[in-house]
Amino acid sequence: MILKAEKLSKEFIRETKNTNRFCAVQETDFVLESGSFAVLTGRSGSGKSTFLHMLSGLMTPTSGRVLIDDKDIYQLPDQELSRFRNQHIGVIPQGQTALHSLTVLENICLPYTLYGEEAHETEALALLEKLEIAHLKTALPAELSGGELRRMAIARAFLRKPELILADEPTSDLDDQNTEIVFQFLRQAAQDGAAVFAVTHETNAAQYADRLFRMNAGQLQG
Amino acid sequence: MKISSALPLRNLRGNPVRTAILIFLTAILSLMIFGGTLMITSLKTGLHSLESRLGADIMVVPYEAATKSNLETIVLQGATGYFYMDEAKYQKIASTEGIGQISAQFFLASASSGCCSLSVQIIGFDPDTDFTITPWIKKSYGQTLQKYDIIVGNDLNAFVGDTLIFYGVECRVAAKLDKTGTSFDTAVFTNQETIKALIQSSLDKNMNEFKNINPDKVVSCVLINAAEGYTVEDVLNDINLHVKKVKAVRTKDMISGISDSLAGVSDIISILIIVVWIAGMLILLLAFAMSISQRKKEFAVLRVIGASQNQLAGIVMQEALLLCLAGSLMGAVLGLLILLPFQQVIEEFLNLPFLLPSAVQIAGYVLAAVILTILTGCIAVSVSAFRISRIDTALILRGDT
Ligand SMILES: Nc1ncnc2c1ncn2[C@@H]1O[C@H](COP(=O)(O)OP(=O)(O)OP(=O)(O)O)[C@@H](O)[C@H]1O
Ligand SMILES: [Mg+2]
Repeated sequence: MILKAEKLSKEFIRETKNTNRFCAVQETDFVLESGSFAVLTGRSGSGKSTFLHMLSGLMTPTSGRVLIDDKDIYQLPDQELSRFRNQHIGVIPQGQTALHSLTVLENICLPYTLYGEEAHETEALALLEKLEIAHLKTALPAELSGGELRRMAIARAFLRKPELILADEPTSDLDDQNTEIVFQFLRQAAQDGAAVFAVTHETNAAQYADRLFRMNAGQLQG
Repeated sequence: MKISSALPLRNLRGNPVRTAILIFLTAILSLMIFGGTLMITSLKTGLHSLESRLGADIMVVPYEAATKSNLETIVLQGATGYFYMDEAKYQKIASTEGIGQISAQFFLASASSGCCSLSVQIIGFDPDTDFTITPWIKKSYGQTLQKYDIIVGNDLNAFVGDTLIFYGVECRVAAKLDKTGTSFDTAVFTNQETIKALIQSSLDKNMNEFKNINPDKVVSCVLINAAEGYTVEDVLNDINLHVKKVKAVRTKDMISGISDSLAGVSDIISILIIVVWIAGMLILLLAFAMSISQRKKEFAVLRVIGASQNQLAGIVMQEALLLCLAGSLMGAVLGLLILLPFQQVIEEFLNLPFLLPSAVQIAGYVLAAVILTILTGCIAVSVSAFRISRIDTALILRGDT
């Protein structure tokens, strides 16, 4: 799998000094191949999440294209793009992302069960084990701590062994030990052939990454 | 298991309070639709039943009876009372041109205490000529009535085989009539032989308002159907013109008061149904919108995991469908629980004939109310379903972090 962003940019409608347009991400070219792990850092509000959302197919860019294996994902009809994301992209969004009426295990199995596939509970439990939250499998999200919820979201994104992993600050609520576990996870996923892209504030993320990027006021610097 | 079909139910169970409120709202909607239509139909059925029980085009009564307006209270509202006119009048009326069917009836009210078991209106008919009561009694009692046999209305606390005493005379209950929803439900019917004996006995006991009458020589009213080729108007006018001291009334006019107030009540209920329906639609629209927007983050997460726009809309629609199904059934059951046991109370309160339609028909109204409620819910939720399917996932995910 190869992810390509071509002249990708995003503007929002917002009053600034001279215009009512605010450029969150300036025209950017970006390539990510299978097996590589890229890390993006940058100040808050610099446009990291915006960039990641465009790559995940969840935010239509103002200009440019996102190509996955030369397929322009924003040209796909919603149903196809949704199914594609379901099968091939693991997204770990910023913040808490649990479905509150489902247990931890059910939340994790969602990528499969959403389309009526077999739940793959064994794999899910193995992931929980590695993330040290196996004892919480039947708990409801409301009973979990921020860090535990975060690990749940990570397990959910990994379950289908997606070819592209997009993580937005996956370790923001985690202690050092779990942060390490998560980065090792991401590293391992890349080793196993996935294209991994993580936005983070962690300074020692660099030691796991193949490539380092910096977002500076909407400008991606490689 | 396909989670997208289990999720709606899980979501409903996950927040019982929200679910209960929404079910309550749909239940009220369904209760109003079902209860309202059942009320209107019952009133119409009651009126229809009254019309067919009266069963004659014209009723001729002594002039005083018509003017004192106790005719309506006795015949239509179930008050007890009686009046008599000379049998000669009957002969005179019978000789009018254009009469198809004619039969006399005899009224007597039993006393409320002492010599009588019950205070009721007793209506006597002539089995040889009767055409209004017999066809209807036949449904409950196939044989001919013997002397001192009586048939009781459905609301009376007497049963087949019981003996009731009127003015010291023992009468056997031969049959109990089906419910008519009219004042006939509290009346007692018997043949003319029996009622004449009862009238005589009331005279003997000095308990009749009339003192100097011979039961064999009086009738209370005369019922008439116009013959073919004659209009009711013709016969009516003829009688009023040529027979003195009597008043011929069109039965249709007698119940026109009832049909007027029935139309009034139906209109009020219809307007209420429409108002409640529109209000219910708007309230449900808001309630669903709130219930969905509270959880828009969860829907955004589903999008992240790969749910399509249609899947999100489907989940929202299914939730509404389940809620409306539960709520509308509850509302209909509630309606039955209110209307079935209290139909007597409603009848008395409205002072209108009130007869529930058949069980099959009621089931039909339940079904209609359930379908209409579900439809309303689906329309109300479709706004939310559409909006949630078009959410800006990225924007929502940025929120609350
Ligand atoms: N929907 C939107 N409408 C208007 N402005 C937006 C919108 N989404 C993002 N922005 C703006 O774009 C800029 C980049 O936002 P973004 O969320 O990408 O920042 P970020 O780098 O992820 O920051 P953080 O590290 O705090 O998560 C911010 O200034 C933000 O206010
Ligand atoms: Mg961000």
